Amino acid sequence: MWFPRLASDRVLRRDPSEAPFVIAARAGSTELIHCLNTAAERAGLHRGMRMADARSFCPDLISRPADPRRDARFQRSLRRWAERFCPWVGVEDTDGLVLDITGSAHLWGGEAAMLTDMRTRLERAHLSVRLAAASTRGAAWALAHFGGIEEALFALPVAALRLAPETVTALQRLGLGSIGELATSPRAPLARRFGPDLLLRLDQALGAQPEPVTPEVEPPQFSVRLSLPEPIGLEADVMAATERLLSSLCAKLAAQEMGARQLCLTLRRVDQASQQVELRLAAPMREPARILPLFQRGVSEVDAGFGIDQIRLEATQVEHSPVQQMGNQANRPEQLADLITRIGTRIGLENIQRFLPADSHIPERSFLIAPAAFSEPQSGFHAARPRPIRLFTPEPILAAGPTPPERFRWRRMDLTTERATGPERIAPEWWLPDEAWRRGLRDYWKIDTCEGRRLWLFYTPQNPGWFVQGEFA
Amino acid sequence: MSLHLPSFFPLRAGRVHEVCGAASTGFAAIAAAVAGARALWVQEAWLVDMLIPEGMMPFIEPANLLLARTQNQIDTLAVAEEALKDGSLPVVVLEVTRPLYLREGRRLQLAARAGQTTGLCIIPEGMGSNATETRWRAGPVYDPARDDSTLMRWEIIKNKSGTTGGLHVFWNAQTHRLHVVPPVGERPGSAQRPE
Repeated sequence: MWFPRLASDRVLRRDPSEAPFVIAARAGSTELIHCLNTAAERAGLHRGMRMADARSFCPDLISRPADPRRDARFQRSLRRWAERFCPWVGVEDTDGLVLDITGSAHLWGGEAAMLTDMRTRLERAHLSVRLAAASTRGAAWALAHFGGIEEALFALPVAALRLAPETVTALQRLGLGSIGELATSPRAPLARRFGPDLLLRLDQALGAQPEPVTPEVEPPQFSVRLSLPEPIGLEADVMAATERLLSSLCAKLAAQEMGARQLCLTLRRVDQASQQVELRLAAPMREPARILPLFQRGVSEVDAGFGIDQIRLEATQVEHSPVQQMGNQANRPEQLADLITRIGTRIGLENIQRFLPADSHIPERSFLIAPAAFSEPQSGFHAARPRPIRLFTPEPILAAGPTPPERFRWRRMDLTTERATGPERIAPEWWLPDEAWRRGLRDYWKIDTCEGRRLWLFYTPQNPGWFVQGEFA
Repeated sequence: MSLHLPSFFPLRAGRVHEVCGAASTGFAAIAAAVAGARALWVQEAWLVDMLIPEGMMPFIEPANLLLARTQNQIDTLAVAEEALKDGSLPVVVLEVTRPLYLREGRRLQLAARAGQTTGLCIIPEGMGSNATETRWRAGPVYDPARDDSTLMRWEIIKNKSGTTGGLHVFWNAQTHRLHVVPPVGERPGSAQRPE
């Protein structure tokens, strides 16, 4: 199966147009035609032409930039589709498929009927294709690209042997224009001149060397769907359908030793509108009984309209989650993970956080706050001196001089210093610009006031001023 | 009037309590440390006051603390209710910023009873709900003896099943214990109260 216009057909399928159309690929500083439709070919354009020339030939030319990754994805999806004909389907180059139809052709009523079926189906999909069936892979390639029948293989040019362009030119210079001439010429001088590759290709085309088709391994798909004969609208029914989908999805996950981290439930209604319920889990999970109740909140918010007739459940994000030894019942990490997920569906999974130690003397940066679902608890906090339990943005107070004030007013309270402990000098981290540390060094004091409150004050000697930044327990 | 502390503290499990006053954060940390050492602390995200793990260290291991930052008080209450009902964390501390209605307080009580967990609301003065089991007022007290002291005065100002009263306590970070300080007049060596 050769798709001579794969790239342009892919784009034109989405927005069809009869006008000349090309796909332009960048090669260095020039743009070359990568792929073109029949209208463009009729206008005199050809593959590999410069775009500037092409535009002068054909002023109303429509062009799109090439997207090799999308083309490859399109080719892969065609490969998946082609598995309907036979189980052994491989990818050939960037624009072809190779099918090993041995043993499957009779299911379609013979090779000719199979090719007709393929052709009608692909034409209906607006894909131009050239098909050929032959007894070897090399011959099929040659016939698809150069036409003809298998018995006339010897008449085809040597380029039909999947050779490098320079080899083809060299062979033509030697006067070996067709495969037949190549096959009848002595092999040893050819091998000496062109290396083993040429004769390997020849033998593969003629069937003297086997060339197996390698079917690609399908990446596991973690999605399941359910179509209902009658639309449903009750919450309990949707949950029952979800349960059924979940059990098969979780079986798939378990087979791959994966756990879902993010799930998406798509509910399609009778009127074609679809609604999605997203679920982000606090830990990779694959137990249906645990995941199902977590969907309850999202499903209860769905507007069923005239009924839901198709449900699709997809694990949009999966993580490796190996089988683990069951722990004792006392510490139930999975119960906590469920709680985090349940809270996370309401306030967002990022908003459930935990403290992690960080390496900094700056009090605000001596710890990190990380989402609990994506981090492990770590100990290792240390404080050389007592630290306040609460920290606020520095609040200026009226005081002068480097020694702590005897009396000061803070938050409309008159406070008297009874004991001052300090100073503890903390220098700003000059390598990290921080607006709050613009005033330079800080001398921190712990102030026990007569009124009871224990405050954390600092004085900035480089830029005199006093601030209250925290309160001790 | 002094209290017999062990009959009130650790706070009764399966109930929700309230605390107000300047030392309420310290009270909550001590309550969490005594009641099970693992806690969820629910806070509204716009509050600028940060909890400092190093400051928590004398009371509770910061690794055992989970924070939930919510958008508004309704979310705070919903998260707290969910966590109280679940029971996988023995203590849930929530900071409320507007008065609690009786219905909200009652729902929290039911959730705490279902999960056999302890709930503690840090409330601004006078904004509690009538459904609370106990309401405390905690304030720091100057301690001339020690410069790293955590001396506080705790008062029960509402109690559904007992008396009210106050006492002085301090937390010993080394032994992880709460100590009750006798009132000034009854300390050894102090002058006797005039008859």
